[in-house]
Amino acid sequence: MRNFISERANGIPPSGIRKFFDLALTMEDVISLGVGEPDFRTPWNICESSIYSIEQGRTSYTPNKGLPALRETLSGYLKQHYNLHYNSDDEIIITSGVSEGLDIAIRSIVDPGDEILIAQPSYVSYAPCVSLAGGIPVPVECTEADSFKLNPDKLQEKITRKTKALMINFPNNPTGAVMKQKDLEAIADIIIDHDLLLITDEVYAELTYEGNHVAAGSVNDLWQRTITLNGFSKAYAMTGWRVGYLCAPKDLCEAALKIHQYVMLCAPVMGQIGALEAVKSAEEDKNTMVNEYRLRRNMFVSGLNRIGLPTNIPQGAFYAFPSVEGTGLSDTEFAERLLKEQRVAVVPGSVFGSGGDYHLRCAYAVSRKKLSEALSRIETFINGL
Amino acid sequence: MDDKDLGLLRILEENSRLSAEEIATMTTLTPAEVQVRIHTLEDAGVIRKYTTVINWEKAGNGEVSSIIELKVSPERDFGYDRIAERLSRFRQVKTLRLMTGTYDLQLLVTGKNMQEVSRFVSEHIAPMDRIRETATHIIMKSFKENGNVLFEEQEAERLPYSF
Repeated sequence: MRNFISERANGIPPSGIRKFFDLALTMEDVISLGVGEPDFRTPWNICESSIYSIEQGRTSYTPNKGLPALRETLSGYLKQHYNLHYNSDDEIIITSGVSEGLDIAIRSIVDPGDEILIAQPSYVSYAPCVSLAGGIPVPVECTEADSFKLNPDKLQEKITRKTKALMINFPNNPTGAVMKQKDLEAIADIIIDHDLLLITDEVYAELTYEGNHVAAGSVNDLWQRTITLNGFSKAYAMTGWRVGYLCAPKDLCEAALKIHQYVMLCAPVMGQIGALEAVKSAEEDKNTMVNEYRLRRNMFVSGLNRIGLPTNIPQGAFYAFPSVEGTGLSDTEFAERLLKEQRVAVVPGSVFGSGGDYHLRCAYAVSRKKLSEALSRIETFINGL
Repeated sequence: MDDKDLGLLRILEENSRLSAEEIATMTTLTPAEVQVRIHTLEDAGVIRKYTTVINWEKAGNGEVSSIIELKVSPERDFGYDRIAERLSRFRQVKTLRLMTGTYDLQLLVTGKNMQEVSRFVSEHIAPMDRIRETATHIIMKSFKENGNVLFEEQEAERLPYSF
């Protein structure tokens, strides 16, 4: 029999944490800081509106682009909160999470051989999605010395004649870094000078702890060459609902819609109805969660620094990214031994690409009680080294 | 009262047993600043008391609670204030509020058993001047008190790792 697996599928490296995952599942009493999702439940008014819609029989397809009411409400929300102007008719697509948005954004712009710059450390799907589309992912390293922001000089260095686009994600998973107005202005000039497209994943926008989130598409003249991705998972504790959205100028949006309609048809209707309720009336719930994350962040990061793991104070998302360089262990060794010896699950930073080595991603989307228990277990582990 | 005070109040409302040191690590304040601010809030009467949310049904003390609605004739110059203050002095009255709607004052009254509550209402509340009508509702079971659910909730299952 032939080997039926495609070269492209073969070319995707296996998950860097598969073995950790399998090990953690066999263990009891594990405190997991390895999760990329809120520990809160979805606010009940969101659940309830979705349940009600099912009772009313709203279980059909929606338009490919998504429910008109959701697109209209989002259009207003983005204008009001982020100074982003997207027309609800032809510049917004509701997707099945940001994951799908990312895929269709990439596939609608990448031709074979195109180089796509990825600010790293980054979410794990960026590079594989580029490869699957036939493009060449090119990492641009964001270093601790730059507070994990994208440094314009480093960006400039990686640009070649084949470079077509740049992908960024701020507030960042896994570092928690954010880009302020002036940081974005500094890279905007380079993007425009080299006639690049920008894909910006802003799924953690609402989880910004100092000052307001600045949307990349609102900076200088970036709007016309920007695809903005966002979703409901992180801000409203809706990871399992799979609802996100892609916003882009009309021609780009139309191209992405062609792919979306064939691969997804539409995002699940129950999820879209829940999402509509989220934007309309879950502001208070969101703020309560953000306030709690901020408290946990302060407590957890000061704890990490106290026990000897130097950690920048993350400005957004819900991840701390401590350095383990001083312990003499690599991030993978540290994470593996910490799980086995102290039953605390964290993700080795190298999983997130360049710049992640010798760091750990610790999600503080767990209760304060568990965070302090995790801190004392990590301290015991370090003291035993 | 500034944002930092409001932040402190939110933290304490959720758990008043945290130490000043613990609160300091969660905020941008030093432990000493936390203490000073808390004392100021106590002195100003913003913080009234540190208490505990107890599921009395689970504790099994068999107490009976009831909501009592009162229709009251207000007094010239004083409105409902004087009668409300008088009612507040009863140990049995745990909560007292002036309401809009079909009645005026709402009382939460607790007692050892149904007889005690009923005696209290008929002997002390109903005969008071200016009280025109009472309606007593016995609480059968409490599911949520002041934002705290009193039934067991399953912890949502999450994967040990996700990106």
